Amino acid sequence: MNKYALFLGCNIPARVPQYEKAARAVLDRLGIELVDFRRFKCCGYPMQNVDREAYVLSAAGNLAVAEEAGLDMLVLCKCCYGSLRKARYLIERDENLRRLVDRSLQGRGLRYSGRYEVKHFLSVLYHDVGLDAVRAGITRRFQDLRIAAQYGCHALRPSEITRFDDPIRPRILDELVEATGAVSVDWPMKLECCGAPLLGVNDQVSRELTRKKAADGKRAGAHYLCTACPYCHQQFDSVGRASDLSDGEGQTLSPILYPQLLGLSMGLGEAAVGLETGPNGGSNLLSFLST
Amino acid sequence: MLFHVSLYASLLVFLAGCAYKIYGWFARKVDTSDVEFSASRRFVLALGGMLGTLFSPRVLVLFKVFLLDVILQRRILKEDVLRWVMHMCIYGGFMLLLLMHALGSLVTANLFEEYASTLNPYFFLRDFFGIVVLVGVAIAVYRRFILGVPRLSTGPMDVYALVILALIMLSGVLLEGVKMTSYSAYDRMVQEYADTDDPSELKALEAYWVHTFGIVSPKPMDSVDSDLLEQGRELHEMSCMACHDAPGWAFSGYLVAKAVRPMALFLDGAGFPDILWYIHFLSCFFGLAYLPFSKMFHIIATPCSLLANAVMDSERSHPANVLTRQVMELDACTRCGTCSLRCSAVPMAEATENRYLLPAEKMAALKDLVSGRKVSDRAREAVMEGVYLCTNCDRCTVVCPSGINLRELWLGVKSRLLETGYSRPFILSPFSYAVSLPGGVSGEGARSRATDRAKEALRHEGGPPGPVSTPLRLGEDRGADALNPVAASSFTYCFGCQACTASCPVVAAYDRPEEALDLLPHQIMCSLALGLVETAAGSRMIWDCLTCYKCQEYCPQLVRIADIFFELKNLAARELEAKAV
Repeated sequence: MNKYALFLGCNIPARVPQYEKAARAVLDRLGIELVDFRRFKCCGYPMQNVDREAYVLSAAGNLAVAEEAGLDMLVLCKCCYGSLRKARYLIERDENLRRLVDRSLQGRGLRYSGRYEVKHFLSVLYHDVGLDAVRAGITRRFQDLRIAAQYGCHALRPSEITRFDDPIRPRILDELVEATGAVSVDWPMKLECCGAPLLGVNDQVSRELTRKKAADGKRAGAHYLCTACPYCHQQFDSVGRASDLSDGEGQTLSPILYPQLLGLSMGLGEAAVGLETGPNGGSNLLSFLST
Repeated sequence: MLFHVSLYASLLVFLAGCAYKIYGWFARKVDTSDVEFSASRRFVLALGGMLGTLFSPRVLVLFKVFLLDVILQRRILKEDVLRWVMHMCIYGGFMLLLLMHALGSLVTANLFEEYASTLNPYFFLRDFFGIVVLVGVAIAVYRRFILGVPRLSTGPMDVYALVILALIMLSGVLLEGVKMTSYSAYDRMVQEYADTDDPSELKALEAYWVHTFGIVSPKPMDSVDSDLLEQGRELHEMSCMACHDAPGWAFSGYLVAKAVRPMALFLDGAGFPDILWYIHFLSCFFGLAYLPFSKMFHIIATPCSLLANAVMDSERSHPANVLTRQVMELDACTRCGTCSLRCSAVPMAEATENRYLLPAEKMAALKDLVSGRKVSDRAREAVMEGVYLCTNCDRCTVVCPSGINLRELWLGVKSRLLETGYSRPFILSPFSYAVSLPGGVSGEGARSRATDRAKEALRHEGGPPGPVSTPLRLGEDRGADALNPVAASSFTYCFGCQACTASCPVVAAYDRPEEALDLLPHQIMCSLALGLVETAAGSRMIWDCLTCYKCQEYCPQLVRIADIFFELKNLAARELEAKAV
């Protein structure tokens, strides 16, 4: 199957549109068809802290919309991904919740059975498209480009629910990064949180985590930090820039979205992957490309 | 006499109403910031801003938006084709009628020398435009009352708008139809315009009009032959034709004339042409006078909003002009419900049963708040909750046919809430994310004060643990297999290894974590095992949890630590809200 219901969530269209642009461009190159649904609503993620039922109901509506179309969901945001996966898991195992969901969906003429999968963008590339096909699409490889792979907590853990990758030694993103010719560096804080979930709740801790991670990536010699989640991305991008992630030598570690990295190595232009603007414009990245 | 008195009176009310409303744009503000400007200062600044735009290249943007969004209403077309057809019918038909018919002597007569309302093309077009408006009104009624467009709520204002439009149009069509059959109207015209007073000629003319134009005459018409009609036709061509086309051209009026034919003499005798004429012009004038106070004011405010938003941005525009624009936007909202239909938080509005999560409802409530109308504390609280429980997806702003910058309104009100000490439990969640991004509206100091206050309110002040009013839902069967994932009761399997605390990045971020967080993750598990649910739910740790799930992933006993934190947060929030009520 190479057709998916694209789930963008709230954050990407409003604040990280380049992720959508780049993802659409590379998926199109790889022969993946995306279907958009205006009926998709919030995944429920922000509601988890205060109202579990409201969270699950919000997530379930989206699952049902994709099911009605008979499509697996392709999710770009890792927090949406974790939220939708967890909702699936809870509905399957909690009778009361299941009844609540059924009743709510019935009122909207929908139903949810769980027949269709929720997949993250990276999983689709790695498992469904396949690493070989991704490699085959690459026309120019990066040379001497060192990348710190940022996995994103809500895709990785709890692994029993998310089923994204090995939670201790994940490799999907590393292998996808290496497919472009870049080197995926070893860095001690690779599996740590970017800090985004606490932004607005405990800014100090949130930024401290971001700063520590960025410093760790730089120590490992990374030129860029590769993300596939709008929250991680913004945390190292705008939030990071505002709170100065530079180490003593004034160096910063800028994030790059994986589909942008892949797109460039597939021969797509900077504009096609949404890199034409912004302070971390791709000009520096292009210098690592073999011609 | 009545016509002119009521015309000038309604015009006066209309102008005064508009002035009052527009004064409000400069005098009032949506409570989003501390900046204060006097109304006159805001007026001057707005004027400056407008002139600055008019004499800059951005004037081209204004032209484009005026053409595409104001005249052609592209933003409505993008959302819903039927709705666009409806709105174009009403607005297009009405504007053309206004210019060609209502202001005929001012506009059309000056543009086209030979203008007469009973001559083609004007004769036909007047009917045609009227029918176009009525088709639009019919579609509107269909959408609201039969089709049941989701999230489109119908209030008294919406009904009024449809009723006044229908009244104006129907009275016009009926008036025309009844007049076509009216002998007294015919008689008046003959006395004024006929070039003859020879009874036999008048008889011929009348015979011709009765036969061809549908006049219903009280006189018996016995001998109508072709000669008489021929003579009538000649007289008609001499005296009437210059100003009268065949009534069939005014097709809707003509249909009415045909329908009322059997009772035409009665209607004429009872003065119906006059009665309908009064209804027609009085309903027009009433609509005019009431316009500034009705939903119809959007015909002024919405184009202003579309144009202002096309050239303004909050970073470059003067803060006073942003305040002014925001109040204007409240008038530009027609409650069409498009934002609520697309809103990402719809399922949450349903689950929390707070309709103020929906943008259209928030707009209406804000309008009340801004205009100083009395709002109950509970309603106010619900509105504030609605503003805060917004995922900031910006969809409302993208789809708004009136071009209202709702995104900025919500962010502004949210920030303002934090600054004024708002501290509901849900501010300790990703709902606070967008306000906290750099360039977000809110200051960091105010934010951390607000979150600290919320954490303090949720905190359990030591002491002996008491019973909780709401039992913690820890899954269905506490004795279930630890591998049963939903069972949050998995804490019973904790053997105190502290792997959770050791792996927690939040704990690691503090020199003295127990002082900042009250309880560390493993202590929370121990508390739960001892039945100290309130102590656990009252610790700051659970709200400062990143939800990175490292603890849960690394727990050798498969305790669902982070998920238990979610349960505890839900419980603490519920308890606090219950106390507040």
